[in-house]
Parts: sequence; structure tokens; C-alpha cells
Amino acid sequence: MTETLPMAGVTANVNLAGLSKNDYRGAPTTLCQGCGHNSISNQIVTALYEMNTVPEDVMKFSGIGCSSKSPTYFLNRTFGFNSLHGRMPSIATGALFADARMKGIGVSGDGDSASIGMGQFKHIMRRNVNMVYIVENNGVYGLTKGQFSATAERGLQLKKQGENPYMPVDICMEALVSNATFVARSFAGNPKQVKELLKVALAHDGIAVLDIISPCVTFNNQENAFHSYAWGKDHEEPLHEISYIAPRNEIILEREMEDGEVREVAMHDGSTVILKNLERGYDPTNRYEALRVMEEAQRNNWLVTGILYVNTTKPNLTSIYNLVDTPLNRLTEVDLRPERAMIDKINSLMF
Amino acid sequence: MNKIVNDFSITVGTKNGSGSSTANNTILRSVFKMGIPVSGKNLFPSNIQGLPTWYTIRVNKDGFIGRQDVNDIVIAMNPDSFVRDLASVAPNGAFFYSDDIKQPITRTDVAVYPMPIKTIVKNDPNVPTDYRDLVGNMVYVGVLAQMIGMDMDKILAALTFHFKGKQKPIDMNFNALKAGAEWAKANLEKKDPYFVEAMNKTDGLIMADGNTAGALGSIFGGVQFAGWYPITPATSLAEGLNDYLPVLRKREDGKHTYAIVQAEDELAALGMAIGAGWAGLRSMTSTSGPGLSLMTEFAGLAYYAEVPVVIWDVQRIGPSTGLPTRTSQADLTFTHFIGHGDSHSIILLPGDVYECFEFGWQSFDIAERAQTPVFVLSDLDMGMNQWMSKPFKYPETPMDRGKVLWEKDLEEIKGNWGRYLDKDGDGIPYRTFPGNKHPLSAYFTRGTGHDEYAKYSEDAGAYMRNMERLKLKHYNAANYMPKPVNHPIKGATVGIIAYGSTENAVLEAQHHLAKDDGIHADFLRVRAIPFTEEVTQFIEKYDQVFIVEMNRDGQMYQILLTEYPQFAGKFKSVAYHDGLPAAAKWVREGILQKYEGGRMKDEGGKRKKTSAKKMTTKAVAGSKIKKEASKKPVKKSVAKSKSTAKAKKK
Repeated sequence: MTETLPMAGVTANVNLAGLSKNDYRGAPTTLCQGCGHNSISNQIVTALYEMNTVPEDVMKFSGIGCSSKSPTYFLNRTFGFNSLHGRMPSIATGALFADARMKGIGVSGDGDSASIGMGQFKHIMRRNVNMVYIVENNGVYGLTKGQFSATAERGLQLKKQGENPYMPVDICMEALVSNATFVARSFAGNPKQVKELLKVALAHDGIAVLDIISPCVTFNNQENAFHSYAWGKDHEEPLHEISYIAPRNEIILEREMEDGEVREVAMHDGSTVILKNLERGYDPTNRYEALRVMEEAQRNNWLVTGILYVNTTKPNLTSIYNLVDTPLNRLTEVDLRPERAMIDKINSLMF
Repeated sequence: MNKIVNDFSITVGTKNGSGSSTANNTILRSVFKMGIPVSGKNLFPSNIQGLPTWYTIRVNKDGFIGRQDVNDIVIAMNPDSFVRDLASVAPNGAFFYSDDIKQPITRTDVAVYPMPIKTIVKNDPNVPTDYRDLVGNMVYVGVLAQMIGMDMDKILAALTFHFKGKQKPIDMNFNALKAGAEWAKANLEKKDPYFVEAMNKTDGLIMADGNTAGALGSIFGGVQFAGWYPITPATSLAEGLNDYLPVLRKREDGKHTYAIVQAEDELAALGMAIGAGWAGLRSMTSTSGPGLSLMTEFAGLAYYAEVPVVIWDVQRIGPSTGLPTRTSQADLTFTHFIGHGDSHSIILLPGDVYECFEFGWQSFDIAERAQTPVFVLSDLDMGMNQWMSKPFKYPETPMDRGKVLWEKDLEEIKGNWGRYLDKDGDGIPYRTFPGNKHPLSAYFTRGTGHDEYAKYSEDAGAYMRNMERLKLKHYNAANYMPKPVNHPIKGATVGIIAYGSTENAVLEAQHHLAKDDGIHADFLRVRAIPFTEEVTQFIEKYDQVFIVEMNRDGQMYQILLTEYPQFAGKFKSVAYHDGLPAAAKWVREGILQKYEGGRMKDEGGKRKKTSAKKMTTKAVAGSKIKKEASKKPVKKSVAKSKSTAKAKKK
């Protein structure tokens, strides 16, 4: 593994963790040129670099599919588990118990999460596992060459497949009704927003779902397709402009902003999110509003992006378990094996 | 009539959900406390309330406590099964029944005892109306106790244990029981031969069920994570973790060193356990056959990704609409080859409650040493019934966490390591855990598509090297598997191989084969796959080896055939599966059926109907296949290096 040896020599650009952007990169991508997923991988690298997160402090997970290949293409220095189709949530749930100080970054796709993995997707929401759950959503199975996924819109025409007769699954809606504590939608064609959303999601204590429309340039990028670059560019309706302010950074608001135009959300780790509202005075802490805006977007054919819902008051899964401060995977026999006298106690409890 | 002391079976027929288990356990525990070897088995339907259910108790002074097909004493409490229950009494046996069942008594060859249970309970003003049925069960215990001579002090001890010392229920139940006993004393004349008399054969023993024992063993093994999903008959194992962890791993700061998560299904249960095992926790799940089916894909992934995890399969008859409350040993070959592609599982086969505890902690050591899933195959009989047992013993060896590299280990070797590199030549590579801060600690985990350094690779050579290493690792694991238990017998000419909960039945069959049929059979109870050297040596010794098991197809037989093709001619399958706990009767009959006298084959293939007793002398004469069979098994992949050295080696 010597080829990944980091920090050789002095690099001009290092972050507060003393790391260069190279320390956050992964292997070269093997996905198609122009794939939305590559753009998201790049934003993950940049977001973590800018947040000064040490790569060893996160774990990365994925299921199976094009999207799930992408964890290889970022964070070489991070432990990763490319698991089974639709089963990333359970792997992540168990793994994050080992060191509750660590954050999970999971990458899944619409096939992986909305079809085979729908059960696990919904249960990881209600358990509020401490991880960012990215769904790279392109409406199509890429790795098996172009079948409809469960998020494909009704009427979509695909080569060899004909016309999709079914209604789509809405990832954000599913997450919200399953009691997710952070739900956002974005578009790979809007990298600035993707990056800011990633930062906010990483700062969120609990499950943070990012449903990112990430066009498949090979199988589903026709101009009229919902998951295409062209459609996204024409129909994106951001709810707000998002700025992530790291903990301890002073917040300086632009003078000309008036009350009601700007909304601040305090995150659990001390960071702040500034939402500059665009046309609608949207309140992302209101779950009812979130459902309403999604419904409205569906009816009007908008690609609504931004933070749909955030709730910073719910405990994450591992904190519910009241674990010792030392990471569980550093405990030894002294902590784990009951003392010798306990065997007599147990035997006396039997008949 | 001659008295028959401490050698009979009792069967109680009740309605499911009628609360008879307290009563039946009281009989079992009282006999146990009287020092008499005893077993109790619940033969129940998949139902919460209403269907007929039976509880069968074997009392045996010689320690043969496998289930018996014979019912010497029958207690009938259920009108729906009355006819069947009456018919099931052995000739000269005893038949007790609740006298509100108005059905004809069609037998004259058994002692019949009607019991006015409802009247007795109604006459006790201390029993609230809605408790009458429950407490009524105690009346039959009292009648039985009086008629066979059970010790009232021991009965009180059993009730005190059951009700955890709570005086009110103890009194209510004990009074009903005494009322039954007094009524019987005044009104019944003893007409059957069965009695209990105190012995000292259970001194120092405990009673427990295998699921509780498995949970306790896991706790002494330092379990840190369990993902599980409810399924009969495995549920009580996970519930045992929830019951005992707060007691046994209590800390002053009130914080927890473990997490037990009830998952949404078996896929997620094992997925979580694998995630935790991968990240460095002692991790487990518990399930039964159908749940294991759902876990198959994950089990395959864990095998190839080399993730330690312990998987308990408390076997029953599947599918869900099979006979889910009946015992079984039919998941063996499925578990052996579970996954996809070429795979071999490490399987532990506990034979009793004591071993459920022992393998509870040992399984973690083995899983972390071998970095692979370890399957513990228990069954419903062991898992859910109360068994006599030696007291559980504190683990005699320190935890073996296997080959793990932390920050300072990586510094020492200057980060020069590969996740799948076989540095020690034993097939077992080194691993690191998330949270390790060394910048070269991390690796990316996937199935087989990787090289020695965990880099993505579809290279043919890398794949083949990896697969051969996995095979080497598997067969090397025989070095640290639990060894088989041998029950030798003088002058043995044939062998019996069995495993799991059939031991008591096989021991009884072994006794009768020698005493009544003249067949002296050495008995080896196998406790693990891969097979240890002792198994090979045992098979080499005999011309005929009977493989006894509770399934239809002879699954252990099949595995032995593939592992020891050179001995194929010796193996004779005695497989029997009716869903009930093993009984000596079918073991003995099965062996007699397959038994071949030594000279039989030389007589032109004509099989004479010679009695087995006569055949034994011929068996000693030896068989043609002996010479060939004694060759050692070929296992080229078993490495010479017995590297069980601790981690951190360079």
C-alpha cells in the first residue's frame, strides 16, 4: 500500500488538519465520462477538505451499482465497505457502533435504495444512524445496461425497455415519512449546492439523506427525461441558497438582507447553516411544510432542491445506546469478560 | 405387582396456552432435586392458544434420559386429545385424567385415575376465579406426586425457584398441589408399578436451556454487538442477551459496552452483525433455518470479505409453514456450503446445554482467529427445553482477538502490510479496524475482487491465489476446533458418529446394542467442522461407521463422504427425522438395519436373516475394504505451520 503514502514533502495548499486535497482523493474513476456521480465524488473530496475532516475519522459505505462503485474514487485513507445490493444500511448500522465518534458516508443509488434496498433504507431512517446517506439518483440501472429503476418517471422511454408503466418512488418523500431527521435534494449539475449540502449533512448529528439527481449520460440523458442534465437545468427550483458556516467562524450577514429573507439553522456540532430564501419563505424545520412543498413540486414538475427538512433535536442511534466513551472496538478483555465470580452467580441463577 | 422405581416416562397432554408449563416444569425440577436423572421435552404446536400440546418427562436411574416413545404414565387434561392420550398409555401403565372430561374409558389393561380437578380448585376460596385453570394444573402435579412418591420439600423448592421467591403465587400453587395430593391419598388406590425414590445422581448439576446457556456463553465471550430478528426457536437466545447483559456487564458509570439491535429482518440482522464484526466488535446473530436462508447472501459476503461473526442456528423444521416448533438437524449441509460459489463454513456442534455455553464464548475466539463466519448449530430440543447440565465453567483461556494491527503495530512495520497478504503462511492475513488513526491503516472491503493489498482487481491470478488461501485457512482451522467426544465401549467392532442433541439417545442405543444385540459400537460425537484429526483416526479404526442424525437425507453422512472419499465404503447412514427429540429406539433399529456381518458379502451377496448377535463374531473377521480404507486422507492444503501466534507479529 506504499503508493498511498501521504504528506511527502511540503504541499503548498493544506487545510487546518494539515492535509492537502490529495489526501482526500481516491482511485481514478472507472465510471463513464460525464457521469453525475463523478461530480459528486469530487464535491465529497472538496467538502471534507474544506471542513478539515481527517479521512480516518469517517467510514464510507456503499451497496451495489454504478453509484456504489464511487466510494473507491474518493477518500483513499478512509475505511470502506462495498457491501451487497440494497444492504448498505445494515452494514453501516453495525459498523458505526464500533467507534461512535466516527461519521458514516454512504453512497447508494436509486436501484440500490428504492428497489431492493427499500426496506433497509426506511429502517435506517427511523433509527437515525449517524451518517450521510447519498442517493445518486438517475432513474436507471447503469451497471446492467439501462433498465428502469423505481425512481423513473411514468412514461419514460428507454432503448430496449420501451415505456415505463409505473409511478415513481420519491426518495425524499420516503425518507421523510420514515422519520428521517435531515432530508435534502440536489442536482449534480449544481456542484456548488451539492458541496454546501454535503457540509451541512456532515455536520448533522443523525441520518442525513441527500437525494442527488445525477444523470446517467449513457442510458438516461434524453432531454425530456426527468433525470437528465437538460431537464434538471431547465426545471431546478432551489428553495434557498445555502451557506455552511463552520463552528467558531463569525457569521457576517450581508447588510442588505432583511428579516425573513435569511434563515439560520444551528447544527449540533456548533456550525450554522445560512439559508438565503429565494421566492418562497420556506421553513425547513417544519415537516408538514416539507411534505407540502414536495407535493407541490410533483404537481408542477419542479425539481425542488435544497434542505427540505432538518430536525436537530433527535438523538442519533449510538447515543440512544448510552455507550462508554472509549470506542467499543478498543475495549479489551477487562471490559468485556465478566469477572470470575460471576460464573457462580450465574450458576446459582439456574435451577 | 413389582415396583418399578426411577425408570419410566410421563406424558402430559394439555391445551396450548393453558399455562401447564409451570406445572410440568415443577414435576421435572422436583424429580431433578430428588437426585434422579431426568429430562423434560415440550412437544408443542405452532400456536399460541388452543391446539393440543404434550410434555414428556423421562425419569431414568441409569442416566438414559433421551426421549422415549413409550408412555408409562399419561396425564390427560385436554378433551381434544383424550382418545389419543388414552390409547398411548403402555400396557400396565397409569392414566390420570381430569374428571370433567366425559369420554369412555376403553382400556382395561391400564390403571385409571380420574381427578376432580375443577372441584378441588373451586373449593379453594384463595384461588381467584380467573386463576382457576392455571392453578388447576397444580392439582394434577399433586395427585401425581402422591401416587409416585415425589418429595414435597423438593416440589416447594421448584415452585419457589419458578416464582422467584414471591410468596403469594408460591402459596396459591403449592396449596392447590397439596390439595390434589391429599385428595389422592384419601381416594385413590395405587394400581400401577411406578415410583420415584431419592438418589444422589444429580448432585452438583444445574438445569438450564441451551438458548440461555448460549446467551450466557456469548456474554462471557465478550459479545459487543448482536443483530437479531424474532424466530422460533431462536428468539430466547437474543432475549437472553437482553436479560443478562445488564447484570453481567454492569458498570459503575451506567454506560454500556455492547449494543443489541432488533433488526427489521434476518438480512439486516446479519448485515448489522457483519458491519460490527468488520469494524472490530465481537458480533453475533441468532436465527433458525428460514432466517438462515435469508442470511445466505450476507454469509457468502462475510466468507469472502473475511469478516468474523458468530451465527447461531437453533434448528427446527422449516419453512415457516413447516413444523416450526419441531426439532431438527437438517440445516447442516446448507450451512456447510452456505453462500455462493466455492465456500466452506466453520461449524460448531454443541451436544448439550453445557456446550452451548462453552461454544458461546469459544465461537468468538474462533471467528476472530479465522476471520470468518462461525456457525453454531443448536436445535429446538437443546435450545428450548430444560436439560440437566454440569455447572457452567469460566472460560479457561484468555480471549483470542486474532491478528489485528493497531497504530503502534503499523508504525513498527512502517505501514507495510496487506489486508489479504498471507504473511504467516497459515492462510490468515492481518486486519485493521476503522478508528485506527494511522494513515496507512485503512483498506477498502469488497468480495473477492481484490489483490493481496485489498486493491480492486479482477486479475485471474489474484482471484485464484485468494481462493486457495481461503481453503487453506479453512482446513487449518481444524487445529483449533473443539475436539470430538469419545464414548468408547469394550470390544468395539464398529463405530457410531453422531452430533448435537442426539447424544443421550445414541448412548442408550449403544448400551442396548451391546447388551441385547451383541454389537459393540464405539461412539464418537463430532463437535466441529472442519473435522479434526481425531475424527479421521476414529474412522480409520472401524470397517463400519454408522452416521446417526436427525434429518432425512443423512447430511453429516454426505459431508463425511466428500471429506473422506477413501472411506466411503465404511459409512452407513442412519438418518431419521420426525420432528421429535431423538429416541434410542430409532437409533438402535436404524443401526441394526444397516449392520452387516463381516462374512455377509462373501456369501454371494445373499443376505441371510441372521440375528445381529450371531453376526458380531463375523464382523471381527474384517472386511475387504479395510486395507484400502486405512490410508490417510489427502488434505494437501493443511499447512504444517500451526501458527496460532498472537497478533502483532511482524
